[in-house]
Amino acid sequence: MKKIILSLALALGVVAGAQASGDSIAWDKAPNKINDQAALQNGAKIFVNHCLNCHSAAFMRYNRLKDIGLTEQQIKDNLLFTTEKVGDTMKSNIDPKQAKEWFGATPPDLTVIARSRAGHNGTGADYLYTYMRTFYRDEAKATGWNNLVFPNVGMPHVLWELQGERRAVFESHDGQQVFKGWEQIKPGKMSEKEYDEAMADLVGYLTWMAEPAQTTRTRLGVFVLLFLAGFMFIAWRLNASFWKDIK
Amino acid sequence: MAEFKEISPNASAGEKLLNWVDNRFPLTKMVKEHVSEYYAPKNFNFWYFFGSLAMLVLVIQIVTGIFLVMHYKPDAALAFASVEYIMRDVPWGWLIRYMHSTGASAFFVVVYLHMYRGLIYGSYRQPRELVWVFGCAIFLALMAEAFMGYLLPWGQMSYWGAQVIVNLFAAVPFVGPDLALLIRGDYVVGDATLNRFFSFHVIAVPLVLLGLVVAHIIALHEVGSNNPDGVEIKGPNAPKDANGHPLDGVPFHPYYTVHDILGVSGFLLVFSAVIFFAPEFGGYFLEYNNFIPADPLKTPLHIAPVWYFTPFYSMLRAITSEMMYVLIACVLAGAYFGAAKTNLPKVIKAGVVGAAVFVSLLMLSIDAKFWGVVVMGGAVVILFFLPWLDNCAVKSIRYRPDWHKYMYGVFVVNFIALAYLGVQPPSPIGERVSQVGTLFYFGFFLLMPIWSRIGETKPVPDRVTFTPH
Repeated sequence: MKKIILSLALALGVVAGAQASGDSIAWDKAPNKINDQAALQNGAKIFVNHCLNCHSAAFMRYNRLKDIGLTEQQIKDNLLFTTEKVGDTMKSNIDPKQAKEWFGATPPDLTVIARSRAGHNGTGADYLYTYMRTFYRDEAKATGWNNLVFPNVGMPHVLWELQGERRAVFESHDGQQVFKGWEQIKPGKMSEKEYDEAMADLVGYLTWMAEPAQTTRTRLGVFVLLFLAGFMFIAWRLNASFWKDIK
Repeated sequence: MAEFKEISPNASAGEKLLNWVDNRFPLTKMVKEHVSEYYAPKNFNFWYFFGSLAMLVLVIQIVTGIFLVMHYKPDAALAFASVEYIMRDVPWGWLIRYMHSTGASAFFVVVYLHMYRGLIYGSYRQPRELVWVFGCAIFLALMAEAFMGYLLPWGQMSYWGAQVIVNLFAAVPFVGPDLALLIRGDYVVGDATLNRFFSFHVIAVPLVLLGLVVAHIIALHEVGSNNPDGVEIKGPNAPKDANGHPLDGVPFHPYYTVHDILGVSGFLLVFSAVIFFAPEFGGYFLEYNNFIPADPLKTPLHIAPVWYFTPFYSMLRAITSEMMYVLIACVLAGAYFGAAKTNLPKVIKAGVVGAAVFVSLLMLSIDAKFWGVVVMGGAVVILFFLPWLDNCAVKSIRYRPDWHKYMYGVFVVNFIALAYLGVQPPSPIGERVSQVGTLFYFGFFLLMPIWSRIGETKPVPDRVTFTPH
């Protein structure tokens, strides 16, 4: 029996190992910002100012931002275009057909992007955090940009002004291109540390936006489990008091 | 018709009302038969929680389902958005939705454990064959329910999962393409498919499911529950008290109602932990790809069904054209065994050999994909026949030969291995392992008439083994 289990486990291990080798570069761990309101607000600002030009978040209403500590007036003053109402969903003004012509693909809706991008390498937040920080100059591409976790990406580096321009240095190993490091060509407005921090805020916001109820969910969950633990104790004693007569 | 009972004019209003009802509807009689005087063996163990839990999950699914339908839109253009609307804008919508999505997985966890309990304690043996058969039908209905429900969120995995499975029906000879068209209502999975799956998911299949559950329980209460010892507590020779109630049984209420409440509290603890802290359950309960709206033009790299289907999906993928030769060899070996090693009449032997040759020819001429579908369906259908495959002298695993325990252990490991492989993308090693696993799964059942007789059983006690709490 043990031998059978062992050999099966071994066989499965081999299979799993074979899978892992096919993946692209490792993802960096995104800092957890879900309980940091200032970071989420900063992320929301970056999102509205930069991402929302091409991407929508069509299931997300502006007034939901009250959940991360903004007032309705703040949302109206800082994040809305004049024609929009605070109860509207976040829709970009780009024409999808035109976008497809420009980038080769319609920019995806970002409402639940953080939930959809999780995988073997980490959470969706890890993916996005790595993605936003691994753009590099590549003249072979139509947009002039490429990305390490999303090779041949259609999106140019929108935040290049912040991060500056970088080149990726590759080394050839047995005919395979292996990433070695970065080479800064042009400095950006932000230092590397500042840029990473900004991206952590943005990704924190995207993670929050993917499921605005998540903090309520976990907070409530603690009480539910405490209640059920008490209930289980009572059920256990009740059961025992009934069954003590059964011989 | 029952006798019309008069009640004393001094009786309380409640008693009068009950008497009025009892003269018109067998209320007290039913409560007695099914609850307060339904005697169940007193030696139920942990495994016996899962029947009542399956019922609890069924109720959870129906109630949360009712509320989801109030906000969900079965329309290819609106479905994905309406699910996000439920998650965001409907008050407590996220909780209802997570209860329903986690409930689907919980249903299968509970039902698999419930079925395994039946398997190891011989709960399908005479006189409980129909209890088992109704149960298998419930399992089949549940699979249909889950499959069609999974299309409704209209994400990439919903869409492509349905596309892959419906396309399987196209492999049926002659009628296949028309059959697939009938199921889809279109040439690809689309709005028509979503609408009919919605209809089946919320009306047709739940009706069948409820009817089968009633039949399952009526049949059970007719023959009485089995127990871990496989001893009949209500048999003609079983010890009984002065009122004719079995000494080894206790009334379902209050003893098993309080007992099941304890089980419910444990279940809810785990269930809630998942809902509140890991509703995606690492991508197994809610697949990551399903947060991308369905796109008929973009096939995902790796399409895997939800975890509860994967053992059967593995068996489907195991049937390659290479594997067909192994299966043909199995069919011919079976026919040789029937013809050379048994004492059947010559006519029947000739029939067996003829049928085997005919089936082998079919297996050579029809695409392996179709036989994969046959194997996948057969893996479920074969469960129905279990009561007539088991020839062991005793019911319960407790008194079976020791090596039977290993057999059941390997069966579990094999089933889990198949489930694991079904989640993974295809690979050469995985394919071999799943082929061996498929042969073992079918060998376990088809050879059971032979292997279940081998080995020495232990003496079954007259009374159930019970240690007071």
